[in-house]
Amino acid sequence: MYLIRREAIPAFLAFIMDQELLLEFRDFGFQYNAQSKPTLYDINLKLHKGERILIAGPSGCGKSTLVHCINGLIPFSYRGEMSGSLQIKGKETRDLSLFDISHTVGTVLQDSDAQFVGMTVAEDIAFALENDCVGEPDLHNRVKDAADLVGIGDFLTHAPGELSGGQKQRVSVAGVLVDDVDILIFDEPLANLDPATGKQAIELIDEMQTKTGSSVIIVEHRLEDVLHKSVDRVVLMDNGRIVADKSADELLSEQMLAECGIREPLYITALKYSGVKITPNMHPSSLRSIDLSDSDRESVCSWYRSGNSTVPPKLGDKLLEVKDIKFAYSHGARNALDGVSVDIMRGEMTAIVGTNGAGKSTFSKVICGFETQNKGTILLDGHDISDLSIKERAERIGYVMQNPNQMISKIWIYDEVALGLRTRGVPEEEIEKRVEQALKICGLWKMRKWPISALSFGQKKRVTIAAILVLNPEIIILDEPTAGQDYRHYTEIMEFLSKLNAEGITVLMITHDMHLMLEYADRAIVFSDGRIIADDKSYNILTNEEIINKASLKETSLYDLALKCGIDDGTDFVRHFIDYERENERDREVLS
Amino acid sequence: MTNLFNYIDRPSPIHRLTGATKFVCLMLWSFAAMSTYDTRMLIGLVIGSMILFKIGRIHIKDVSFMLGFTVVFLVINSVMIYIFSPHHGTEIYGTCTYLWGTSGRFAPTAEQLFYHLNYLLKYLATIPIVLLFVCTTNPSEFAASLNKVGIKYSVAYSVALALRYIPDIQKQYHEISQAGQARGIEMTKKASMVKRIKAASGILIPLILSSMDRIEIISNAMELRGFGKEKKRTWYMGRPFKAPDILAMIGCGLLILLSVFLTFINGGRYYNPFI
Repeated sequence: MYLIRREAIPAFLAFIMDQELLLEFRDFGFQYNAQSKPTLYDINLKLHKGERILIAGPSGCGKSTLVHCINGLIPFSYRGEMSGSLQIKGKETRDLSLFDISHTVGTVLQDSDAQFVGMTVAEDIAFALENDCVGEPDLHNRVKDAADLVGIGDFLTHAPGELSGGQKQRVSVAGVLVDDVDILIFDEPLANLDPATGKQAIELIDEMQTKTGSSVIIVEHRLEDVLHKSVDRVVLMDNGRIVADKSADELLSEQMLAECGIREPLYITALKYSGVKITPNMHPSSLRSIDLSDSDRESVCSWYRSGNSTVPPKLGDKLLEVKDIKFAYSHGARNALDGVSVDIMRGEMTAIVGTNGAGKSTFSKVICGFETQNKGTILLDGHDISDLSIKERAERIGYVMQNPNQMISKIWIYDEVALGLRTRGVPEEEIEKRVEQALKICGLWKMRKWPISALSFGQKKRVTIAAILVLNPEIIILDEPTAGQDYRHYTEIMEFLSKLNAEGITVLMITHDMHLMLEYADRAIVFSDGRIIADDKSYNILTNEEIINKASLKETSLYDLALKCGIDDGTDFVRHFIDYERENERDREVLS
Repeated sequence: MTNLFNYIDRPSPIHRLTGATKFVCLMLWSFAAMSTYDTRMLIGLVIGSMILFKIGRIHIKDVSFMLGFTVVFLVINSVMIYIFSPHHGTEIYGTCTYLWGTSGRFAPTAEQLFYHLNYLLKYLATIPIVLLFVCTTNPSEFAASLNKVGIKYSVAYSVALALRYIPDIQKQYHEISQAGQARGIEMTKKASMVKRIKAASGILIPLILSSMDRIEIISNAMELRGFGKEKKRTWYMGRPFKAPDILAMIGCGLLILLSVFLTFINGGRYYNPFI
């Protein structure tokens, strides 16, 4: 009797361990039916109960495909060839159904706007339960509980359109939690959110994980923002393979992130510039926990002191003068713009920031003539442009929409770029010359005979920019130029815009991306509630706590690093970092 | 922007009926009104529909757009009937009473005018009920009610989703057309009709492409949350039938019986005062 019990212990432990293992990939591979090569190779990955992992990697590395494999869209909605094994709670997914999997795995998709299926918050949360034939009063009670859990209980009868970005995401999370799933997947939870809301989203994920004890998989390429709360492991993917599966501390001590085109946290970059060697023992995954020795701190300080202030870029005359603009979308509605006055100089590269609904987009629409202001004037080069039509203004002020698919209407790249000239009756020889020039600037000349459908998202974006540039505008306004782009594409697009700017085109960028604002915009104009609440150098704005809070921005970790190293003027430290980086970029360009 | 499904949230006994009840009643009422040409019954239905409209607390100005639209349609329709078939009434009622001493193909007859009166009454008996249904039924309850009367829930839900996306698509069309105008695609009245239609088709392509993206996302989102798993589903907004629901449906059912009964009495669908 006694012997039997002793022998049973290892088996019992193994049983417990098995219970704990929720997800296991073994030598797994996948190839879509429409593709000639596999998208995933040799995937080996385990997820235990209660674990949080971050899956990071550049666009096209296979992370979305991996997520689809976990939540069952592969193989049940997207067809293809699977090899190896993928087990969820010990069962091969190919033997389950999409619906079986949905009871274990809950997915919060990237765009919470697009995945809203209910007419009201309550119905959207109830959706999974309805499909499961849950009856009353269970249905109403469970919806209420899930809504309270994510703090949205007071909004049950609201329509999705009435909610802010952060609230919408809470609804999506509640809609998944209501089903008591074991694994929660968040597919790019930070896309489309302003910086402060993104920070709250990470806090929400952390809180939900703690409360429900489920496992969490976050797919995101914005590493620094995710690491706001700790994760157990970071799984790094590149070219369809897992290239690293280790703790954030270990990963940040290596070079692998940069090689995969993932941006490391800014404070890590600053430490590396200062010549500090990062080791896992320092716990570099969070600025709060990082352990800096006195000599590390001294290195940072001396790096900071080595900097010399750079000459500010030369700016031209006043190009655009906006004077006391007021605008409301309908009569009697709240003013979307409430007395906005600003001057834009020729040759500027400026960021327009603020929360959703603060007036940034409305501002650019009024400038482009899509909407007409109720009061105030807009001068371009000293002349009032109130009488100019959308078409006439477009020849001087170009507007690039966030989603290139909303702008592209032709099949061939050449035709798309030539469209604006053809509608203006420009002779064909001249069109040819100007299109050639625009395509060359945008690096699309080699592809001029390609169909647009063969291009990547970033390339399409460049096509739309080329289509605007061909009209030779003096100002170009871009709505979220880098939304949804990984670091490699982000850098590509932004370097390209800097190049345009260097050629004399004034660039205005509407953005939520604090890195973009810090690195590429000299000046930032901050909108809040239809007014401009700040207009200053980007590094001054991102180190000003009051404005950060008001406009839902996020402080930069560089500032905190400076304070941690005993540098009093954190703002100047940030300035030094940016100057140093630009200098470096230039050096690199010279070298290459 | 005018919302197609113009739900107006004003508590009333009609709002309190379930969507399914209202849908069934709408069907029964319309069928009763459409099947009979008995003037007495039609007048009764018209008065009934006006009273229900009042009970539903819907004001004329809430539905003025739709009402205007129907009036135009009704006028065109009546004129057409008169032009193509000026003696439709005499054929139905079997007599021919020329009015005011006129005669000839287009001369007014009492029978024709009586027929037109009945035609008008039919509209007046049905349109307010349709509008009442539209204004007092929550769109999400509408899907639930379609499902409850036996329509497959996937179909019912698609209808509800389509209704929900109409404003979004309108907004997107607006944005795309603005960007198009900036590139020089003339959409205003300055361009000729042909040019404008051509330009609109240029906007359609990006609109369709971006809508396709959305359809893929939404269908993934729905499948991931178990849509289509079972043959049946429950509805958060669905409510059980209560006494007023049963009464309303019985009431409308009786209208059908009345209509059948009158057809039997009159020896046809028409009530004939001319014999």
